[in-house]
Parts: sequence; structure tokens; C-alpha cells
Amino acid sequence: MDRKDWPLFEIFIRPKNGLSHKHVGSLHAADAHMALDNARDVYTRRGEGVSIWAVPAASIAASDPSDKASLFEPADDKVYRHPTFYDIPADVKNI
Amino acid sequence: MYTQGLDAKTDQGAQPSPRLVTDDEIRLQGRFQARVDAEEKIEPRDWMPEGYRRTLVRQISQHAHSEIVGMLPEGNWVTRAPTLRRKVALLAKVQDEGGHGLYLYSAAETLGVSRDELVGQLLSGKAKYSSIFNYPTPTWADIGAIGWLVDGAAIMNQVPLCRCSYGPYARAMVRICREESFHQRQGYELMLALAQGTPEQKRMAQDALNRWWWPSLMMFGPSDDQSAHSAQNMAWKIKRFSNDELRQRFVDATVPQAEFLGLTIPDPELRLNAETGHYEFGAIDWTEFNEILKGNGPCNRERIEARRQAWDDGAWVRDAASAHAAKRKQRALKKAG
Repeated sequence: MDRKDWPLFEIFIRPKNGLSHKHVGSLHAADAHMALDNARDVYTRRGEGVSIWAVPAASIAASDPSDKASLFEPADDKVYRHPTFYDIPADVKNI
Repeated sequence: MYTQGLDAKTDQGAQPSPRLVTDDEIRLQGRFQARVDAEEKIEPRDWMPEGYRRTLVRQISQHAHSEIVGMLPEGNWVTRAPTLRRKVALLAKVQDEGGHGLYLYSAAETLGVSRDELVGQLLSGKAKYSSIFNYPTPTWADIGAIGWLVDGAAIMNQVPLCRCSYGPYARAMVRICREESFHQRQGYELMLALAQGTPEQKRMAQDALNRWWWPSLMMFGPSDDQSAHSAQNMAWKIKRFSNDELRQRFVDATVPQAEFLGLTIPDPELRLNAETGHYEFGAIDWTEFNEILKGNGPCNRERIEARRQAWDDGAWVRDAASAHAAKRKQRALKKAG
């Protein structure tokens, strides 16, 4: 494999036990092992995490920014999906 | 700053966007600017004007090159640091600069340019990087002066970049700024130790300040009336403050720090204007600055040569990593097969 073909990996870090992995950046590596090794040096020099995911960037399916309206706007007018939509008398407790 | 090359009037990189030809483009252009005006972040797959993309590629890559070349003047002292404490600090700092370069190259790549292209531009000498890294580091006090002044100037410039309109660049800058603070503090602490040391040590600190002061002011780039592209970059919110504004902030912040060290800033015209509350300072030698940008600084050739050698010397490591990955893949296939 030519170095020019080293794939891009997206790096996700779990900041501490109990939290989800969060995207922190990307890097090129010959394979996933090397991606993890390098991610450790590039993204966790100051105790930023307890776990690393390296995901080949080519494996990520992403929504198209131009579909933003059709994908997400329908949720905006559905206020009845939120608890504050429902009126409960102040006297009723624990609800 | 780390991307002063962009400000040069001869620079071809950030020409105004090409003439708009279709209504569609005018509409996209308008929507883009409205998003920027509303402080929304622009992400890699969003529509953006070609000039915006081109400016960002150049700015982010110049910034990345500066981080990588910036490892050299300090790396010069890693093996000769006077104590283990100073040595681990310097090693960590140089490693950080390498990391900063990687964050930035990754951010540039989201704009559709390859890492190889960018590295190739640096090694061929085509790419620009900050003028500051073309000065030599002959004494240990230079390491203190770089941390205090050069990283101090960098912070002044980079904090506003955390709010840059381009998401990946802004996010990279947030990480970088978090780390730069350590760089500046270790530098100032080092200067303080020298300034409070023997007369010879204090002389060494003063000498470093003498040599780094003016080059640090030049890091902010040409004065506003000489700076090309500023207005467009401000409108795109790539740039938030002008070169002169940032330079003034740096001077105002740094002069009292020098006074605390008991060192003298090498500018006979420096004085506090009681009315404005700002320090006034002497004229900058732009001839020196322009010569360095043209490649004629004290260390330009040495820096590029060092990068080329590092690239060539590292070829076997890259080849070995590729071969190892290929072998591991073959084994996994065989096992599965």
C-alpha cells in the first residue's frame, strides 16, 4: 500500500467512564491499529479520555446539509412531543 | 501571524470571488453570507464561495506549516536543556506543536485538499509559514523568549480564531488555545528564573528579548493600510480583528510583563499614552519582514532543509508502517478464509 492511500480515520474519545464517545478530529493511518496509536498521541496528551474509537471516514454515512429542512423541520412544529405542552394544575405534585 | 503570507499584496491566494454568473449562485452567496452574519458555523459539506474555500485552505495550511516548522528552533535545545524539569517541559511543548500541525492539516483536508499536496508545498518551498521561525535560537534564553513572546503573540491571534466561521478550523483552534497557555507560562517562568539569576543570566535574558521583540511584533503581519484582503476576511468572519489591533493588544499586555522581569524592551520610542491607556511604540522594520517572507531570512533555507531531511529520513518508517498494515491484513484474511 502506498502511503498516499493511507485512509482517513475519524477519532472519537470517551472523556470519562459513563459518558459517550465524542468526535474530536481525524487522522491518516495505515490501518486501525496505527490510527489508535496515533490518536492516543495526538488527541489524549492531557488526560482527555479513557477510550478511543477510530472509525474509517469512508464508512460514515452522513446526511446532506441541503436536506436539513426536509429532515429536521417537521420536528419543529410538533410541540405536543414536549412535556411542557400539557397543562397540569400546580397543586398536582410529582408529575 | 502564523499566516502573514496571506496579507501580502502580491499574494494570489485570496483573490475576490470570481464574477457571479447565475441567479442560483447569487442566491447561494446571499444565503451563505446571511448564515455567517448570524454567527452560524460553516461545515465542510455546506455550500461556500470558492474564494472562502481558497482563503481557508491557504490560511489553515500556512498555520499548520508554521506549527511544524515552529518545532525546529526549539527542538534545537531539547538535548541541552539545563534541568530535567525544563527538558520535559520543552519536549512536551515541541510535541504539542506537532499535534497542532496535525489538527490543522486535518481541518484543511476537510476543504478538499490532500495531506500530500500540503506537505509537498511545504517541502518544495512554495508554501509560506510564519516569519518568526526563520530566526535562530543561539542561547537557552531564546526558549524562554519564544514561549513568552512568540506563543504570547500567537495566543493573541488565535483566541479570536476560535470563533472563526469555519467549524473545523474553529474547533481545532479551541484545542490549540487550551494548550498554548502552558507554552506561554513555561516560557515566562524560564525568563523569570534567568532575570532573577546571576548578572550573566540576566544579560542572556535581555539579549533574547532584544532579538525577539521586533520579530514578535511582525508576527501580526503588515499594518492595516498595507494589508490586503482584510475587509473580505472580516466579512467572512475568518478574521475578527485587524493586524494593528491585535499587535496593540499584545504590546499592552506584554510591556508590564517585561517590567516585572526587570528587562527593557528594545524600543526607545515606547511610552504609555495616559489618555488612551495604550502603549505607543516605534516603527517596525518592514524591509526585514518582507525579506524573510521572500525567503531571505537568517534561517529560511536551514528550516526547509531540515523539514526535507526529516521527510526523507522518515521514509523507511512510512514504508514499514504500510508493509506492516498490509501483512496484518493478509493474515486476517487468511485466518478468516
